[in-house]
Parts: sequence; C-alpha cells; structure tokens
Amino acid sequence: MRRRSKHSFPTRYMLLILSGLCVLIMFVSFTLNLSGGPLNTVAGYVFTPMQKGINSVGNWFVSRADELKSLKNVTKENEELQAQVDELTTELNTVKLEQYELDSLRELFQLDQKYPSYKKVAARIIGSDSSNWFNTFVIDKGTKDGIEKDMNVIAGSGLVGIVIDVGPNYAKVRSIIDDANNVSGMTLSTTDRCNVNGNLESMNENQVIEFSNLKCDENVIGPGEQLVTSNISDKYLEGILIGYISSIKRDSNNLTYSGTVTPAVDFKHLQEVLVILDKKQSAK
Amino acid sequence: MRRKITVFLIIVVCFLLQTTLFQTLSFASIAPNLLIVVVSSFGFMRGRKEGMWIGLFSGLLVDVFFGSVIGFYALIYMYIGYMNGFFRKIFFPEDIKLPLILISASDLGYNLLVYFFLFFLRGKFQFGYYILHIMIPELVYTIVITIALYFVILKINQKLEAIEKRSASKFV
Repeated sequence: MRRRSKHSFPTRYMLLILSGLCVLIMFVSFTLNLSGGPLNTVAGYVFTPMQKGINSVGNWFVSRADELKSLKNVTKENEELQAQVDELTTELNTVKLEQYELDSLRELFQLDQKYPSYKKVAARIIGSDSSNWFNTFVIDKGTKDGIEKDMNVIAGSGLVGIVIDVGPNYAKVRSIIDDANNVSGMTLSTTDRCNVNGNLESMNENQVIEFSNLKCDENVIGPGEQLVTSNISDKYLEGILIGYISSIKRDSNNLTYSGTVTPAVDFKHLQEVLVILDKKQSAK
Repeated sequence: MRRKITVFLIIVVCFLLQTTLFQTLSFASIAPNLLIVVVSSFGFMRGRKEGMWIGLFSGLLVDVFFGSVIGFYALIYMYIGYMNGFFRKIFFPEDIKLPLILISASDLGYNLLVYFFLFFLRGKFQFGYYILHIMIPELVYTIVITIALYFVILKINQKLEAIEKRSASKFV
C-alpha cells in the first residue's frame, strides 16, 4: 500500500518477472524432480482438512441420488441376486476345496515368499484433478502415515495407481487410466510382457485403456485374459491385477499385439484405496 | 487487506468445490472450471494487476495439488487474468454478455493451451475428439455455472468497492 502511493510499478514488467519466475520454477522442479517442498506442507495443512469435509458432503449428495435411482431396480435385482447367491455358494465350495489343495501345495513347495502379504494402509480419496484432462487424485494419508513416493495404490484386488508426490498429511496419486501413465504388465497365463498405458479418449468412450507391444504366440491370448504388473517393472510390485483384456489385434509389423484392457477397478466410484507400504526394490 | 482476505476465501471455496463436490457431480466425467470464472471475472472487473495476481495464486494452488511440474498452471492462469484485465474499460456490471464471452474464451483458451502442451506435444493428435468431448462440454458446463457464480462474485466485488470508497472518504 505504501509503495503504491509513491509510484506504482508497471504491471507489464511485473508480468514479465512473474512469467520468468514461473518458467524458472518449472525447469527447477522438472530437472531436480522437486515438488512443492514448503508449499506442500502449507497446502497440506490448510486445504486437506477442508477437502475432507466438503468431499463428505459431495458423497452424501451422490449417495442420495443413487438411492433414488436404485430403489426401482432393487426388487428386480434382489431376485436375480438370490439366484446368483445359490449358484455362487456351490461355486464357493469347490473353490474352497481347491484353495485347501493350493495351500498345502504351496506349503510343500515353499512358494509363500513369492506372494508375500504386503503391509497396507487404507486411505480415503478427498479430491480429484481440477481439469478434465488428467486422472490424478489426492488421498488423506501422507508421510505421517508412512507413505512415500512411488508406493503402489490398490483397491479391492486391482491396481489403482502410484503415489507421485507426498505432503505431511496427503499424497498425490496418479491412476493407471491417466493419459500420461504407463505400466509394464504381463499376461497371467503365459507371462508375456507388454506395456499398458492410460488413454483419456478410450477411457471416456469405452471405459478401457490400451496395451501395446505384447509379444506372444499366435492365438494364445484372447479377450478375458488377466493382465498383471510385470516382474521387470521398477516401480510396480509384481503380480497386481491391472485388468482384463477386452480386445486384441495384431500390429502391422506382424510381431506384436496391441489392444484394450478393462481395468479391474471401478474408477468412477472409487472412494477408498489401499496404499502398499512395501516398495519395489529397484537396482540403482 | 479486507479485499485480499475476501478474494483468498473466494478462490479457496471455488477450488475446494471444484476438486470435490463438482467432481462427484460431473456429467459424463466432465466437471466445470470454477477457477477460470473467478480469475477471469476479477480480471475484467478489477484490471490487469489484480487479475494477474489472482491468476498466479489460483494456478499455484492447482500446481501444488495436481500439477506434474510447479508453475505450469500458474503461468496459464496468470496470463488469463492479465488478458482479461484489458477489457476493464468496456466492462459494465449490468451487461452479462461481455462476461459470458470473456469467460468462455478464457476457458477455451485454457483448454487449448493444456491440450497443446500436455497432449499435442506427446503425440496425441486427435484434436477433433478432444475438442468435441473435453473442451466443448467443459465450456457449456462452465457457462451454466458462470451464470450463477458470476453474479455472486459481482455482488461481493461491489460490496467491497462500496466499503473501500467509504473508508477512503473518511480519511479525506
């Protein structure tokens, strides 16, 4: 206020200075891979609690709307589900039997260490990307709960994404359907590796993401095949379910295959996620 | 000081609503861009300087929470605020045509920049798809929200200006 009374600094110079500053910060944060720092801390303490509060209001609205919508279908669904329950109970029994068999076999072969039960922490999604271009979101756990960068995030049994930035009480997660995201995946039955990348267009249109560079024998892999994270990925733990192949076609080079994957996680209604506290040990 | 706090609160509320409530209330996974409305309307109501600062602050907020590099959105929002400041001379509060045009132009410009830098340069060339399925729906949704939000911002700004005028005349 005092400065303005003397003579005001021309706005266009200020604009130039600030532009230069922004570009500088962009370069610094890009090259040094820094993010926020003190800004993160401040933002975490100021905004995260408020986001939590408002988000619960938003969820309340949505659940009320859903209730009204679903009431009509509930009775019909109930009958269908009852039939399904009977069917599944029988199925479950066979699966249980198989599970016992599997367990005993695993014990025999000491395969336990291959699929260790990871330590996980549950977190709630409290905000999603403000633009319509990307698919990152913020969860309400941060370094205080032991979350670090590059930790894997899952929901149910499927892969959700990866932590790309942490503050004291929040963490930024980039989901696998984000247009800028790539995961190294492999098919479960044949362990052929491929690259899974998020795609805004196909996700909006058909709820699928893309995979490419799958090298496999002819007619081995078809729709319905499970894709899991591969053993060579340096950030994703091995064997987390990404999704199911929904379409596959041979590339024009006649060597590799590409197609689309339906993610195992329902990203539309995602509210709670699990962060795996074990990080992949990568050779450095 | 009163103005700074009020503007800060407006930005915070809009940012929070945009990232939480409107994301859950989105149609066809498209949510409106409230921050553009705030930055743009303060730009043409208050001039280049305020538009610039408000844009910078809003952009930084987005950067910290959702940006891949700090400073990218700050730069875009800052220029949007600054550009809108040029139209202060022909702005009249009663007329809603100019705000609507400016805000839609800002939203479109913002999305075009985001598309160019973050999608086009990564080799995603289906411009037609993105304009039809991302930019235009967001534009329409934002305009619908603008009609309500703009008048709120306008009323707050007029209140603030009245208070400022009163306290200024007290000193004289």
